[in-house]
Amino acid sequence: MNLLTVENLTVTLATGSGDAQAVRNLSFNVGHGEILGIAGESGSGKTMTALSMLGLLPYKGKASGSIKFDGREILASTKREYRDIRGKEIAMIFQDPMTSLHPMLTVEVQLTEHLRHHRKVSKAAARNSALELLATVKIPEPASALSAHPSQFSGGMRQRIAIAMALACEPKLLIADEPTTALDVTVQAGILKLLHQLRKDRNLSVMVITHDLGVLSSLTDRIMIMYAGSEVESGATSDLLQNPRHPYTKGLIAALPGNSEVNSKNLLSIDGMPPELGNFPSGCAFHTRCKFAKASCKETVPEVLNLSSDHRIFCPVNPFSELSNSGSK
Amino acid sequence: MRPVSGERKTRKRPLSGTGFAPFIIRRLLTSIILVFGVTFIAFSITQLVPGDPVAANLGQSAYSDPEIVAAFEKEFGLDQPVPVQYYKYVTNLLQGDLGVSLSSKRPVAEDLKEYFPATLEIALIAVLLALVVGLLLGIISAVTRDRLADQIIRVFSLTGVSMPAFWTALTAFYIFFFVLGWAPGTGRLEPGGEAPPTVTGLFTIDALIAGDFSTFRQAFSYLLLPAVVLAIYAIGVLTRFTRASMLEILGNDYVRAARAKGLPEFTVIRRHVLRPALLSIITVAGVAFSSLLAGSVLVENVFSWPGLGQYAYRAAVGLDLPGIMGVSMVVATVYITMNLIVDILYRIIDPQMKDSA
Repeated sequence: MNLLTVENLTVTLATGSGDAQAVRNLSFNVGHGEILGIAGESGSGKTMTALSMLGLLPYKGKASGSIKFDGREILASTKREYRDIRGKEIAMIFQDPMTSLHPMLTVEVQLTEHLRHHRKVSKAAARNSALELLATVKIPEPASALSAHPSQFSGGMRQRIAIAMALACEPKLLIADEPTTALDVTVQAGILKLLHQLRKDRNLSVMVITHDLGVLSSLTDRIMIMYAGSEVESGATSDLLQNPRHPYTKGLIAALPGNSEVNSKNLLSIDGMPPELGNFPSGCAFHTRCKFAKASCKETVPEVLNLSSDHRIFCPVNPFSELSNSGSK
Repeated sequence: MRPVSGERKTRKRPLSGTGFAPFIIRRLLTSIILVFGVTFIAFSITQLVPGDPVAANLGQSAYSDPEIVAAFEKEFGLDQPVPVQYYKYVTNLLQGDLGVSLSSKRPVAEDLKEYFPATLEIALIAVLLALVVGLLLGIISAVTRDRLADQIIRVFSLTGVSMPAFWTALTAFYIFFFVLGWAPGTGRLEPGGEAPPTVTGLFTIDALIAGDFSTFRQAFSYLLLPAVVLAIYAIGVLTRFTRASMLEILGNDYVRAARAKGLPEFTVIRRHVLRPALLSIITVAGVAFSSLLAGSVLVENVFSWPGLGQYAYRAAVGLDLPGIMGVSMVVATVYITMNLIVDILYRIIDPQMKDSA
């Protein structure tokens, strides 16, 4: 059974011009020890999806649908139930370690406060766990790091501390929202390696959110591509990256620097701009930028099209079905 | 004797360190310089004010007699050139001598010793009230953002900052004294009431020291209404600022991260939100409290409270230059002390902060 099963998740946010759906009818799951990547441009609803797992949507945000975690429904949890899930069952690390660590609290306080709250352990025991955690995420000299403030560390080190914080109560699911976006490329590789190692050592399930397909290719088991709050395609990482079947996924992969069709002087891009929240186009939201769009794309919301047991797209046109012979039924 | 180079690196000049003691010493020194800056500015202004202090302090018939005028000018040093007057004032000030009041004919220091404690007494209660009520309402307002409690608090705090002090004072006096009869009336004690033996000059404290509880109750009942009226503006300012400051911090990533850890909301607010919010709140608190003194001029006149505000008013109207200077010195010292306290609180709240002053 899957650790996390999300069905028909819809997130509504309050904007200046009324309510707007940031996530629309999203369904996906994460297995035990699996790393799922969620990719899409800014504003595609990735972060709101992540925040709704923890009931942490922004002010006046609402989620509907179903989120089953470890066999129980958590979407309709009370505040108290959510507090017991957060940090303990599902932990999250955020995009920018420069702002997600509290500037005025020591690393020790930030590493142990939730541990002491959830597990009711003594200060000394919590301190020992904190030292182990810092060693796990490869912070040099854990003992002196404990009494330091976040400002004394580099971005990469801070993200390692944030990961240590997330791991403190041994959660079953780790949500990483753009964990490497704010970091240098050389530091990124270290963080990705660490996440990989943690999954192996702890059988941790991880949900990685990013707009960087390069990050996902080396880390994830499966990938889901989102556009305007909806899934457009999902599948096993290698399958999806080698045989993208949705025009949007195809465009994203073609736009990656270093791909065969692209050279450094001539980066490909998808024409047009991603739609803004509250202004998502009707029907298939991608029809405004899609080369293969038909008149019907504007009217009907695409149904799921299963290409194999583990590869599906939301595109009635399926323009690449003849070009590829892998996985189609 | 020159230190060898190795020693030189480790040796610190006593005032250049980033530790707490050098910081305090440095700030105290700047404060003293500031006070003298204030004497210069205040003295210049009193000289520039149109009007003749001699005319203001002598009667009509005495003023027409050149001999009396000359004697008056000689007695108070007004016949000398302004720079000399200033030099004398500052050298006397260094010895704790603030000059002699033109109107009361007593040493200004003695006047202030009598009037300042009365103001200090209501100001202290007002400060305490404003801090507790303002912070509490601000926090409740931020946490219940846009809900009923927040709406009500916002109406009250806006009213608090919008009402002029003299109007609040008159209205409160009318309602609680004339209509309801709850407030005892004007002054510090009932007519003919005997002041407790002077130790601090604060009647409530002095009464407690003397063990005289009935005088304590009486003094307290008299100071309550003026203190509350004085506090209303500061409560409004602090409530509004605490709310704004909390909401700003609440939007930070690190607060979302704290919530993502499953901490109780109370811990999130107290540890992760209130502490950084306090940094900006205390700045405003310092200014708001200093401005209590300005408000006291109006409030004290309505309540016939024999404090610094009334003294300042009389000194200004009577062109009592030493009196005006004395009040300026007290107010400046309070402002500077408040700023010093705010700076020290900064360092306590955020020990990482290293001042560059």
